[in-house]
Amino acid sequence: MHNRIYGLENEYGLIFSSREKSAIPLERILGYLFEGIISNSWSSNAFLSNGARFYQDTGCHPEYATPECDNIIELVIYDKAGERIIETSLNIAEKKMAEDGIVGHIFIYKNNTDSAGNTYGCHENYLIARHIDFWRFSERLIPFFVTRQIYTGAGKVLKESGKTYFSISQRAPHINQKISCSTTSSRSIINTRDEPHADAERYRRLHVIVGDANMSEYTTYLKVGTTALILQMIEDGYPVRGLDLDDPVRAIKDIAKDLTLKRPVRMENGKALTAIEIQRSYLELVQDYLADKEKDEVTKNILIKWEYVLNKLENNRSELSREIDWVTKYELLNTFMTEKGCDWDDPRIAMMDLQYHDIKRNRGIYYLLDKEGLIERIVEEKDIQHAIEYPPQNTRAKLRGDFIRIANMKNRSYSVDWTYLKLDGYGEETVLCMDPFASSDRRIEKMLSYIFSGR
Amino acid sequence: MSSQERERKRTKEKTEKTEEAKPAVVEKGKKIKEDIDDLLDKIDDVLEENAEEFVKNYVQKGGE
Repeated sequence: MHNRIYGLENEYGLIFSSREKSAIPLERILGYLFEGIISNSWSSNAFLSNGARFYQDTGCHPEYATPECDNIIELVIYDKAGERIIETSLNIAEKKMAEDGIVGHIFIYKNNTDSAGNTYGCHENYLIARHIDFWRFSERLIPFFVTRQIYTGAGKVLKESGKTYFSISQRAPHINQKISCSTTSSRSIINTRDEPHADAERYRRLHVIVGDANMSEYTTYLKVGTTALILQMIEDGYPVRGLDLDDPVRAIKDIAKDLTLKRPVRMENGKALTAIEIQRSYLELVQDYLADKEKDEVTKNILIKWEYVLNKLENNRSELSREIDWVTKYELLNTFMTEKGCDWDDPRIAMMDLQYHDIKRNRGIYYLLDKEGLIERIVEEKDIQHAIEYPPQNTRAKLRGDFIRIANMKNRSYSVDWTYLKLDGYGEETVLCMDPFASSDRRIEKMLSYIFSGR
Repeated sequence: MSSQERERKRTKEKTEKTEEAKPAVVEKGKKIKEDIDDLLDKIDDVLEENAEEFVKNYVQKGGE
């Protein structure tokens, strides 16, 4: 796989549930949450010792952005570490609130929609080469992003003109344009926001806002892994032909509603293909492109899983209930309805749909299934626990994470961002770190030994 | 043998096989059913009493 920087951002849903009548504003709950994460000072924007960023996003959502990762396994680990960090802060916040006389429970969801039809995102970031023609690049990617929901969707019970149905994707119904720069209105399949946090002459950022937030490690792994392979193929100029969709925005919505996975969408060339067929075409293209190249373990593994999942989706979909979020949820809801003799409109179904995404592990349904051994995992819990404290070792995140941990340990004040570090009282120097692949830097080593010497 | 007869024979064989394996299959089926019941009870336990109200109250501001 190409040497690349990956990042995932999740905006979490937040609610406080209390028996008491007086409503507590969410801003206040968020304040308690931040206190649980950053104990020394209250701030709504902070970088953590694992190199990640935790902050308050538009619309009062807690948001966690992973540190820069240079491989997909690591990305899955750091994404999960974010969930654990927020879970810990939830527990601390509830305790502090109880001390202050506020009794109730905080619920935090890793999902993309609420019950009123508002949406918030899970954004994927891929560092790509600057020299490519972005428009042509986008055209080749659009059919991929429209159809990958069949194995990346998180599933959602929706109501439309009085009828309740199951949507494969949470995000798809909210996508209304092919390409745009906005993330808050008219969300698009390709977003043009371009903040590489690196040398902008060499790199640009591909900011993907079309995907669902995933609970399943397997789903996240496959989502980012397949996308990375497609990007590499297109960056190398490998041709993608005959996959342009007639109306991508309509197609993304239609595919989300088609649980049979058999209804074709119209192509620009007049043909009609199903989402599975389009995904198979991309898979075959990638296999051809890689045929005479040396493949690393992750690449081989992604190719196997991609093919496995497409085969299962075609023939025995329910057998993906351990791997793919929307299938897991759909199978569980169906079992529940059969056993309890209820239908899609039962309020418990809507509640389960939501609770699947609860990040609190002794309450969230995804985690109950995991505890029962019903979920296929990709990474180990001990690696997630380690990633709560320590940064990835092969990217710029190492510089940032080590700096933050040592400065905190020695009670020094500082400011950091993705591309710089500044230690207060260390001259006027702001250390710029523009290379996201650089995990060592003489200037920062000097600064750290200065902190240690205690001068 | 006509294809229909073949089909009948196959079905008969299948039925016999299932019957032979019955005690184990029933045992396994019972176990799966118990596991599912157990899991659904656990899920029921974590759902709020007033699910309808809870979900209705889950309203966020749009993000991003």
